[in-house]
Amino acid sequence: MSQTIKLKKGFDINLAGKAAKVVSDAPKPETFAIKPTDFPSITRPKLLVEQGDKVKAGTPLLYDKMADNILYCSPVSGEIAEINRGDKRKLLEIRILADTENQYETFEKFSSSDLKGLSKEDAINQMLKSGVWANIIQRPYGIVANPEDKPKAIFISAFDTHPLSPDYNFIYKDQDEAFQTGLNILKKLTTGKVHLNISADNEVARMFSQAEGVQINQFSGKHPAGNVGVQIHHLDPINKSDVAWTVKPYGVIQIGKLFLEGKYDASKIVALTGSEVKEPKYYKTFTGASIKNIIKDNIKEGHVRYITGNPLTGEKISDTGYLGFYDEQITVVPEGDFEELLGWIKPTTSKLSFYRAIGLLSFLNKKKEYVLNTNTNGEERAFVLTGRFEEVLPMDILPMYLFKAIMAEDFDEMEALGIFELVEEDVALCEFIDTSKHELQMILRKGINLMING
Amino acid sequence: MNPIQKFFDKIEPLFEKGGKYEKYYTLYEGHRTILFRPKLVTPSKGVQIRDANDLKRTMITVVIAMIPCLLFGIWNIGHQHFLAIGETATFMQKVGIGAIQALPIVIVSYAVGLGTEFAICVIRNHPVNEGYLVTGMLIALIMPPFIPLWQVALATVFAVIIAKEVFGGTGMNILNIALTARAFLYFAYPTDISGSVWTYIGDATPVDGYTGATALAIAYDTALAGTGTVLEAFSNFWAEGMFSFQNMFLGAIPGSIGETSTLCVLIGALILIITGVGSWKIVLSVFLGAWLMGLGFNAIGYNAFMDLPAHYHLVMGGLAFGAVFMATDPVSAAHTETGKWIYGILIGVLTVIIRVVNPAYPEGIMLAILLMNVFAPLIDHYVVQSNKNRRLKRATV
Repeated sequence: MSQTIKLKKGFDINLAGKAAKVVSDAPKPETFAIKPTDFPSITRPKLLVEQGDKVKAGTPLLYDKMADNILYCSPVSGEIAEINRGDKRKLLEIRILADTENQYETFEKFSSSDLKGLSKEDAINQMLKSGVWANIIQRPYGIVANPEDKPKAIFISAFDTHPLSPDYNFIYKDQDEAFQTGLNILKKLTTGKVHLNISADNEVARMFSQAEGVQINQFSGKHPAGNVGVQIHHLDPINKSDVAWTVKPYGVIQIGKLFLEGKYDASKIVALTGSEVKEPKYYKTFTGASIKNIIKDNIKEGHVRYITGNPLTGEKISDTGYLGFYDEQITVVPEGDFEELLGWIKPTTSKLSFYRAIGLLSFLNKKKEYVLNTNTNGEERAFVLTGRFEEVLPMDILPMYLFKAIMAEDFDEMEALGIFELVEEDVALCEFIDTSKHELQMILRKGINLMING
Repeated sequence: MNPIQKFFDKIEPLFEKGGKYEKYYTLYEGHRTILFRPKLVTPSKGVQIRDANDLKRTMITVVIAMIPCLLFGIWNIGHQHFLAIGETATFMQKVGIGAIQALPIVIVSYAVGLGTEFAICVIRNHPVNEGYLVTGMLIALIMPPFIPLWQVALATVFAVIIAKEVFGGTGMNILNIALTARAFLYFAYPTDISGSVWTYIGDATPVDGYTGATALAIAYDTALAGTGTVLEAFSNFWAEGMFSFQNMFLGAIPGSIGETSTLCVLIGALILIITGVGSWKIVLSVFLGAWLMGLGFNAIGYNAFMDLPAHYHLVMGGLAFGAVFMATDPVSAAHTETGKWIYGILIGVLTVIIRVVNPAYPEGIMLAILLMNVFAPLIDHYVVQSNKNRRLKRATV
């Protein structure tokens, strides 16, 4: 039974530097890295390799002592080049010097008829040891799922509405079989439904719109209509003691390939986007790639910031930094570390704003593509404006009350106000439009961590 | 690099930790950020880009929305002055007299308010907030043209410290700061802020039959006397046509500096609503509440004031100004969208009740807003509770 859900709230951030639909082959990066910090659930990472060890794609590198059956594996074959630690020996990066030719660990392969008879337990075991399990995220909290949980449903958003986000129809072209296989595996993991949510506003590839055995829902509206958390809220919201799982299409395909081909395939197509990229386009690479070769000779002059992920939820990295585990996008924007004479009052058409306060004229030109830098455009203040966060969060949630409950570390209030339904990306737009310039995603994660540990 | 930036860079070490004026760092920063948008960038995790709007721009939008009221108020002081002494005067003469009366009040309000604010920022070591940009203008606009400047200064200091800073500064206050200043004056110096203080006479002698009464005072006195209707009393006023609906809407009537012209207030309202800075829900619901209560009193019809056509309430006194510039203060108003409707309607209703049935004080909007400021968290509590209940109910179904 398909349904269409129209969302009125939200805000599209239209930025310059959208990727052209061309896939380039950049020279394979020399190094790759797995960053335990990409997984907020990992609290006590344990290494399984040492510097100098040879690994293949799919060789386990580490696990979390608190959930020791979930293995995090190497995306490529090569040699462990460096184990990078920060303060208090916190594990930051495991760097792998890649082979030119990729070698794979072999896992069990299945024909489509074998797959039908595959038990849930066997499927989970294969996923846990091969590294693909990390694709399965649990709600509440947005952490890697616990394989022993029984999720009430599994949700997949087949489109991304973040600014400059990659077009899933394009990057997953010809992956129909792997995607459908992945869905079939996921169906074994829940007694509830598998929801596949597609865009009602744009054309949708057949692999999504014609997927079998799942419930297809259509969503229409501005960002964050593509956020799986928003979709869950409208389909089957997370209540106290509920557990649901979410997977991105990339994860579904990777799971499918594991069972079809018997290998951990970490290849991915990433979009190099942003106003400071000369020719924004797609590149073929692997999870955890160093961005060094991808950005080479394709960045404009000037002081820029490299971001793994999109400009709302991404993370700043250096020009030799590594792609985040869940990211399919690299964004390059200008740094904004300069003063601007009377910048707080000057009329401007070049800066984007959700508001129409005096001098902010971007609302007159909705089609314009903006070049935004990393300046905060103001200093942090106490909350003053009210009722605006609600306009960019299409959920029945009162964000400001929730943030205040988190700041006050009031557990009962956090729960009552709906913290179980949110992860960082859902409040990223609130953070973007916040005139008081709070770091709302960080505040939310602090609240989530309190709920997990408290 | 701009020479001003160079100057700031040169003096910066004096204000930094270990510098000679270390404890005045917040003032240094406050001045620099008024001239230059700071070079702060987003942290490595979280949003990498930010909306162009900030609190400074939001606040200045409100100040700009008040400028029509200020300009009209300046003219109106002169206009009322020459009307009262029975002389004709040119536009420029009226503006001249008005400016001499009004601008010192604006300057004192800003100078004393910002001075207090700076002092507290230094003591408490928190950044200078832009909230006073709005408060400073609001305080000036709700003063009678005739007020002694030392009273403006005293009220400003009281309001900034007691209504705002003791709660933690901009964004933390419970009561509207400007109205606190006005309430302070009302209760501390009642004779200087009520009665015939609304017209500036100066050394001249007023014309025969002159009274400085406002429409609200006349309406109240008519009800007390028990003879005739308020509208008759309006038309018998010494200055002909002064209290016609049209003239009260345009605002050429005695009153506080910025509150008399409903038209100018509505221009301000339009700016606030188009820019999205003020809540249209609050503005509309205050007017609606006042009008409905006016109709309600019409139905009771106990005295002449109750019989006053309900729409007159909307143009008399400070209702419009309060609805647009005071009730919409997002910090002291209700924070939830449903709450804003309840909050606004109750302000309108209470204003008219206080006007009509309270024997002590004919203007109700100030007390109505302050009272609802206190009740806003309670309204919000129930709105938030219903949100929580929906979530809870969903879980148990």
